[in-house]
Amino acid sequence: MPMTVRTSLTAIGLGLAVAAQAFLAPSAVAQKALQDVVVPSAKETAQGKTMNIQEVTSPGGIKAWLVESHVNPLIAIRFAFLGGAAQDGQGKDGQAYFVTSMMDEGAGNLDATAFQERAQSLAMRLDFDASRDVMLGSLQTLTENKDEVFELARVAMAEPRFEESAMARVKAQILAGLKYDENDPSTVASQAWDRLAFEGHPYGRPIKGTRESVVAMTTDDLRDYVRRVYARDKLVVSAVGDITPEELGKALDTLFGDLPEKSNLREVVDAKPPLGPTREVIKMDVPQSVAKFGFRGIPRRDDDFIPAYILNYVIGGGGFSSRLMEEVREKRGLAYSVTSNLLPYRHGSVFVGNVATKNEAVGQSLQVIKTELENVGESGLTPDQLNAAKAYLTGAYALRFESSSSIANQLLWIQIEDLGIDYVTKRNALIEAVTLEDVKRVAGRLLAPDQLITTIVGQPVEEPASAGAPG
Amino acid sequence: MYEHWIAASRLRAGLVITLVSLSMPVAAIAAEADSAPAPAASPEKSAKKAIEFTLENGLDVVVIPDHRAPIVTQMVWYKAGAADEPPGVSGIAHFLEHLMFKGTENIPAGQFSKIIARKGGDDNAFTNQDVTAYFQRVAKDRLASVMEMEADRMANLRLSETDVNTERDVILEERRSRVDNDPASLLQEQMMAALYRNHPYGIPVIGWEHEMKQLDREDALSFYDRFYAPENAILIVAGDVEPDDVLALAEETFGKIPRHGEAIERTRPTEPEHDGSVTVTLEDPRAGRTTVQRYYIAPSYASAKPGEAEALDLLARVMAHGTTGRVYKHLVMKEKAAASAGGWYSDSGLDSGRIGFYAIAGEKNTPEQMEAAVDAVIADIRENGVTQDELNRARAGLLAEYVYSSDSISRVARQYGWRLAAGLSIEDVEDWPNRIKAVTVDDVRKVAQDYLVDEKSVTGILKPAPKHTSRVHKKPVPVAGKDKS
Repeated sequence: MPMTVRTSLTAIGLGLAVAAQAFLAPSAVAQKALQDVVVPSAKETAQGKTMNIQEVTSPGGIKAWLVESHVNPLIAIRFAFLGGAAQDGQGKDGQAYFVTSMMDEGAGNLDATAFQERAQSLAMRLDFDASRDVMLGSLQTLTENKDEVFELARVAMAEPRFEESAMARVKAQILAGLKYDENDPSTVASQAWDRLAFEGHPYGRPIKGTRESVVAMTTDDLRDYVRRVYARDKLVVSAVGDITPEELGKALDTLFGDLPEKSNLREVVDAKPPLGPTREVIKMDVPQSVAKFGFRGIPRRDDDFIPAYILNYVIGGGGFSSRLMEEVREKRGLAYSVTSNLLPYRHGSVFVGNVATKNEAVGQSLQVIKTELENVGESGLTPDQLNAAKAYLTGAYALRFESSSSIANQLLWIQIEDLGIDYVTKRNALIEAVTLEDVKRVAGRLLAPDQLITTIVGQPVEEPASAGAPG
Repeated sequence: MYEHWIAASRLRAGLVITLVSLSMPVAAIAAEADSAPAPAASPEKSAKKAIEFTLENGLDVVVIPDHRAPIVTQMVWYKAGAADEPPGVSGIAHFLEHLMFKGTENIPAGQFSKIIARKGGDDNAFTNQDVTAYFQRVAKDRLASVMEMEADRMANLRLSETDVNTERDVILEERRSRVDNDPASLLQEQMMAALYRNHPYGIPVIGWEHEMKQLDREDALSFYDRFYAPENAILIVAGDVEPDDVLALAEETFGKIPRHGEAIERTRPTEPEHDGSVTVTLEDPRAGRTTVQRYYIAPSYASAKPGEAEALDLLARVMAHGTTGRVYKHLVMKEKAAASAGGWYSDSGLDSGRIGFYAIAGEKNTPEQMEAAVDAVIADIRENGVTQDELNRARAGLLAEYVYSSDSISRVARQYGWRLAAGLSIEDVEDWPNRIKAVTVDDVRKVAQDYLVDEKSVTGILKPAPKHTSRVHKKPVPVAGKDKS
């Protein structure tokens, strides 16, 4: 198959409101011409930096999005196999996580030490991370080492050795980590929350597994996971940096060409939307209680997602600008940190938050949080709050495109979520289009303060303190 | 000489190298170790080189142009940190950092970060032993207004008693989150106190709890008045800017602030001769696995004789870089004395740095076994040094880090900041690769022999205890122990 390059021009800058130009072009020539085009952004003409996103298809048919930048002699590649910890087998909790920990423990004709020394001498950075829905990969190399690095990364994915000795070593490390996690209030609170919210669903299981499941894990289990998940049909790739489309095409075939074409994923059903009211207290002798709270969210593909995203920013996603930070920390000094997040997993979105407050006052923190959720649920946002949120979210979008790594990361998630190659140019307009009425309607749909699922780890002194006056 | 006995809390497997506390939890923690590789500025890429000006009021202005994205990072580094606190008010440098977000005559209380956010910017700050730094990332056309705000709070901070009192509760919660809820942090705090017997690096950046509770508005304003002055600060602007434009903006804003006097010469109490090593032991039922840590006082880039810090950087990499370091290979691969092991070099201090190692036990490992194995690696390297092959690999790795670090302009800004705030020059920063290239195996062996010595060390042991014996927030009490050396 001949290599094709599709190009989309994107302005990074405050405006970002640029029409994407996407078309087929035979790489180098057309692309050179495109780089000379300065696309002014609507608001900030002077800042019309262009970011040229090209869709590259390798000779072997593997697709990737590329932003070329030859300023620094390095290349950042991000990739994902759509199938993360939710693909762990029955009774095999932690299977994906174990695989990620074994990816530098020997491959092809290199044992663990030989592989790691080779990786070090090439200054290769290869990392894998198992999230709920995707297996994430990150590969960085200096331009001068790229061919050797791509070959080593190929071997790591296509020919992992999974030797018993390496597995025993990694198993001991994972078990030490689990032992630590057992005593970490934040981890305990999160795992308890997931268990309550997603009972009976893979999302309710711990990503790192349990002591029992990890002890029982075998090299066959690791091979089974790789065989099912590491495949080209569920692969997305982005690349940024000192590499041409032709070179990337070749690299894609090297990196992923040896993987099977078809994955063999288990079906993951949609989770039952988590709602309480439920409260679980786990006693741990620490001076500060750590709590996690939340309920079902709104899916990424739902028309209400963007208004819900704005709501989350205002409630607890916006650092010092958030209402929870204002009420819990700034007015009352009840916590160093209080946050919320809208996490749109593929099979069950959730709205969750965290707070940590001394045992004597954690009840008050949770009451203040509940009251804020009620207030927003009933009244929505003020025009000023909505405008402030839009100003931040649209203005700060460009900050996500600061480095090669961060650009690659953005492009990867746009692909994972299937938002389209022109999403970068459309995204701020989606934020701007949200009205007060949208926010109010979605607040009513999203916020369920009477149905909170809450987990608390510590020695909370339970007293139904009213939100009261700031003090 | 002493054995400290601490009954308290739990274990953190990922070891925090140094306490750098942030006013806000959103940003990543800036561990001192981050500053190890200096930023990129290879000769042919002169666009990345920093340009320096000094304003009439003594403010250093450093501009690092990078035109890849229309973004700028602004940082103001005050040459004042926890080690500059007067006795009895530990934590005031960090507390003031929090209070700097409260307001001025022009900025209403609590609005600073909200205004930055309205400009589409991110902001935060951090404090460590030697510096306090404030930073924003914004689109480049917002630089002028953000600079105006940063200059304003250098001179015009306004604090109400109410704000101070509420924020004191916040830092106490921060201490609970960072330290009291985590036995590894408690151990680290005690190890630093044992390592530095007279120098203020032995006092935690966040403060001792009993002193934090007493901190007040006057303490904060007194520290502010003493140190927050143009002649004690460095402004770094990195990103899509031109040096002359930044200079003009700086003159219009920071340039209007009168100097307080001469830049403050920071002279801290020094360490006496150490005549023995110290072991600190903490037992806690929630310490998952036994861990052993070892710290040595070693020079930092600012305090080292020429070439020493570069040699220490390479020594630490040979000994402790991930799975290819000697510590991991010996303890985990060969002796099976630990589940995991590694180390670090903390190089950014003004008066000294530290080199450190750690081991986390597997199910059957004992602390004695781990400590003996760490000692064996150290004895071997002191006696036989490193091989040319190891040195070459470590050097290639460090030089590659230098290139990788050039990818993030905010990271580059931070790396210049650590060095400049410790009194080093832009040339020191930009010439770093050449100095790394010049290090020999003899240099590495010499720093190993000079600094990996018992008298300059502290060993920390965290053990799971069968039962919980103490409330965490009761302060650990040192009791008499036995001489180890």
